[in-house]
Amino acid sequence: MLRLRAVELARMVREGEVKAEEVIEAFYERVAKVDGKVRAFVRLIKERALEEARRIDQTVAKRGRLGKLAGVPIAIKDNICIKGVEVTCASKILAGYRPPYDATVVARIKAEDGIIMGLTNMDEFAMGSSTENSAYGPTRNPWSLDRVPGGSSGGSAAAVAARMAPLALGSDTGGSIRCPAAFCSIVGLKPTYGHVSRYGLIAYACSLEQIGPMARTVEDCALLLSIIAGRDPKDSTTANPPRPFNLSEVKGEVKGVRIAVPKELFGEGTEPRVAEEVWKAIHLLEELGAKYEEVSMPSLKYALAAYYVIAMSEASSNLARYDGVRYGFRANAEGDWSKVYSKTREEGFGPEVKRRIILGTFALSAGYYGRYYLKALKVRSLIRNEYLSMLKKFDVIISPTMPTPPFEIGEKVEDPLSMYMMDVDTVPVNLAGVPAVSVPCGFIDGLPVGLQVAGRFFEEAAILNVALAIETELKLYSKEPEVA
Amino acid sequence: MEEPEVKIGLEVHCQVTSLKTKLFCSCPADYRGKQPNTHVCPTCLGLPGSLPVVNKKAVEEAVKVALALNCQVANRIVFYRKNYFYPDLPKNFQISQYDYPVGVNGKVYLDVGGRKKEIRIRRVHLEEDPGKLVYKGSITESPYTLVDYNRAGVALIEIVTEPDLSSPKEARLFLQRLRSILEHLGVFDGSLEGAMRCDSNISVAGGARIEVKNISSFKEVERALTFELLRQRNLMKMGRKIERETRHWDEVRGVTVTLRVKEEEMDYRYFPEPDLVPIELTPEFIDAVKRTLPELPDARKDRLTRQYGIAEAEAAVLVSSKPLADFFEEAASMCKDPVKAAKFVVHTLLGVLNYYGLDLPESKITPSHLAELVNMVEEGVVTEKTAKYMLRDIVVSGRSPRRMVDEEGLQKIADSAVLEEAVERVLEEEKEDVEAAMKDEKVIHHLVGHVLKLTKMRTDPKMVYEMLKERIERLKTSYASA
Amino acid sequence: MEEKLTEELVKHLAWLARLELDEAEVKSFTEQLSKVLDYFKILDEAETEGIEPAFNVLELSNVMREDEPGPTLSPEEALANAPLKEGEYIEAPRMV
Repeated sequence: MLRLRAVELARMVREGEVKAEEVIEAFYERVAKVDGKVRAFVRLIKERALEEARRIDQTVAKRGRLGKLAGVPIAIKDNICIKGVEVTCASKILAGYRPPYDATVVARIKAEDGIIMGLTNMDEFAMGSSTENSAYGPTRNPWSLDRVPGGSSGGSAAAVAARMAPLALGSDTGGSIRCPAAFCSIVGLKPTYGHVSRYGLIAYACSLEQIGPMARTVEDCALLLSIIAGRDPKDSTTANPPRPFNLSEVKGEVKGVRIAVPKELFGEGTEPRVAEEVWKAIHLLEELGAKYEEVSMPSLKYALAAYYVIAMSEASSNLARYDGVRYGFRANAEGDWSKVYSKTREEGFGPEVKRRIILGTFALSAGYYGRYYLKALKVRSLIRNEYLSMLKKFDVIISPTMPTPPFEIGEKVEDPLSMYMMDVDTVPVNLAGVPAVSVPCGFIDGLPVGLQVAGRFFEEAAILNVALAIETELKLYSKEPEVA
Repeated sequence: MEEPEVKIGLEVHCQVTSLKTKLFCSCPADYRGKQPNTHVCPTCLGLPGSLPVVNKKAVEEAVKVALALNCQVANRIVFYRKNYFYPDLPKNFQISQYDYPVGVNGKVYLDVGGRKKEIRIRRVHLEEDPGKLVYKGSITESPYTLVDYNRAGVALIEIVTEPDLSSPKEARLFLQRLRSILEHLGVFDGSLEGAMRCDSNISVAGGARIEVKNISSFKEVERALTFELLRQRNLMKMGRKIERETRHWDEVRGVTVTLRVKEEEMDYRYFPEPDLVPIELTPEFIDAVKRTLPELPDARKDRLTRQYGIAEAEAAVLVSSKPLADFFEEAASMCKDPVKAAKFVVHTLLGVLNYYGLDLPESKITPSHLAELVNMVEEGVVTEKTAKYMLRDIVVSGRSPRRMVDEEGLQKIADSAVLEEAVERVLEEEKEDVEAAMKDEKVIHHLVGHVLKLTKMRTDPKMVYEMLKERIERLKTSYASA
Repeated sequence: MEEKLTEELVKHLAWLARLELDEAEVKSFTEQLSKVLDYFKILDEAETEGIEPAFNVLELSNVMREDEPGPTLSPEEALANAPLKEGEYIEAPRMV
């Protein structure tokens, strides 16, 4: 059961072959068995989930209509709002906060009868690439428990990899879906910016982030995307694509697909064996009828700096609202509002969050705004334009997702800059706004390697096709981590 | 002695009271008199994960204001975040505008002592109102602060002038003009409490610029600036230098006080709001808005003088407030002598309202009351003086004029016998004045006053004067010949 | 333009952001963030003459809504998460 695809599970529930309640129970059992070691979930909502499951089973019994996710358990990152359920962004400062509304993506999942199991661990406020910056402690990579699962959606990735949930939602600001997908050997998609509503996503950096699906297979990933995507009037930055995303277009055919391989994304920090695995996959695609060409995208060398300046600046503003007045943690402090706010935020935020707020405040402050923030926005234009023109000549852009395999817990956490460098291959697409998917493409010493496919605005089908082709050839979804 | 050069600039915040909902969310915008925290949603409460969505009508209203103030309207407007911490801000930033405001480089004309003065408008932009803070006692005594977010997110239009105003009085005149323009646009109801707030910048003789905040109405602006001007002049006389600072106007004590400010300017770290997209205003759109603009005060003033034949000075007073001009036009449509109606409104009614401290909409007098009064004077039913007396009562009682005349017996005395009797009585009783009048014609007016008093104003002063003059003349001759 | 991230500056930024950092944090952040800031200087090399800053990657515009009232939270919902409240008000710390 735990190995079944979401697509299959939903069909079986709809057709009465299996009870939704059984499905839910099975997955919660799995959580009880392995999550003590993996620590993917921070909050389980078993009572609610079982209630939902029973309702679905009753509907089946009455021959009622059920949605495309009928009975499928889904893990949600701890920064997405579910009405009445505590959500904290893995931060002390939001302890106890229960939103009075559902995120749009949650409402859409519920409308298709998906069952939310619980909330997963993450880097605090999505700031990190390893899920070590959490107030709940780190999540462990199911493939090797002393290594990081990637971040910031590490909990969601680990849950899927360890078969605790067939589907998960993560959020991706600079690689936070793709990085853990690569490190945990699953599929993770960052949709085109504006394709999925951010209403109900607790903001880190608004102009860069998207909620996206994570699953063991491309097919399941595509299914979840089809349900959450689409313009939301509550989110002014969403738009409908010229043609809506169509599941049936994802067939895995790559004949005639033109692939660009930018050398800048195979740069200095890339481990040679990672590059090797990615090239093997590229050659595989060639055998299937695709054509590749090595290209240069010179603006990419500024991507990491531009990304961090923009992200930290927006974050410093987005996180200003956490002051202990309307919700969350409030320090026991004497003094006027300024003193109480300062104490609350000092005690409530972790060190990485504080660092980014400080630097973001700096980048926006008078005298520096032009040099840093505005400059970063101009560099962003450069990068976006370079992607757009490259994607006129080519259909997709392929690179490693991460420059290295999963590193050890504690290895980089003391050196912020070395951690930031991990994002070098993933941040460019957040700046450009184009969609990108990470698909497993190999293992090095038992540690997963992911390959990244980026494509044109709103052409998620095209990149999922390439990912599906690789998946069909390599069948890496059949490998399972032994959570020992 | 030379008048040191006074430069005053105003930053006026006006709520767009014509909107049903807030600027960035669909909560109802009419928060006055509602239970606290009942008009809130995730967006205006600043809940995590919430997002703003622009109110289309707010943009249209802002464009109307920019056009009415003769601004260059932008072809693209962008919202910015103004970042600072304060207990009335749900997000600890305010969505406002910085570069790309709705309008720039406008002008408003003031009538200053018969001269037309141009006040330049630097910019017009949209922003959201913060919530309301409530204290237990005064702001300094209150052990904690209570917050009501009903007002948070309501649309404000900010209008910034160049420092072209030269006196506190001009500042008040400007605000009155602005209010009239906004009311005529239908964008703003000036009678709502707190709907217009302003901050001011004032410098004297090229000295440092002092910012005065917390001015709640245009009545207060003249008081606050008069005080501040005096304070600065006194300091200068004592040879002290004026340092750049921000001061707070304390309405109750009637003084400006230093705010606790850091030496540096507030760094608001403006950047474009990433959760919103730019609004493109096409020339077609702006033209369409221009065509919907209603008649504005200046145009209305010209029309009133042409249409009703009233004096320009009186027309100017009438259009200084939309409710007043509306009242006049409605009354004029029902009465035989609009010119007289205008005089009544401008020279009597306003004085009476002022005496009672009432705004026209708060009083009980209706346009038909006024029309009736004017008609009754025309018809000779009452004297003008009686009519003015009646006005004073109707403003607070709301009684119909004809009823009042009947109830109190105020009809004009047409019977000349009664008039003669009154005149004779006065000549009898006021011997001193009569003697004085024989020597000095001007004293006859005094005697007229006595007659009017005796007849409860129900006699026509002109007739009385003529009658008295004639009698005094006769008396003079009879004494002379005696 | 050479600006250094000094401890003074970090303290000022912490005040602007209402973060009461302790001495140890000020020290370690100054060090760590100076390194990051040095890395950011690579942006100076980028040739951006005549390039417009990217406000929105999709180049969307004119996303607005009609002026029609929508659902509000109930007062209970509005106050539910506030750590301190009095009656129908949310309680914030004192002003001075």
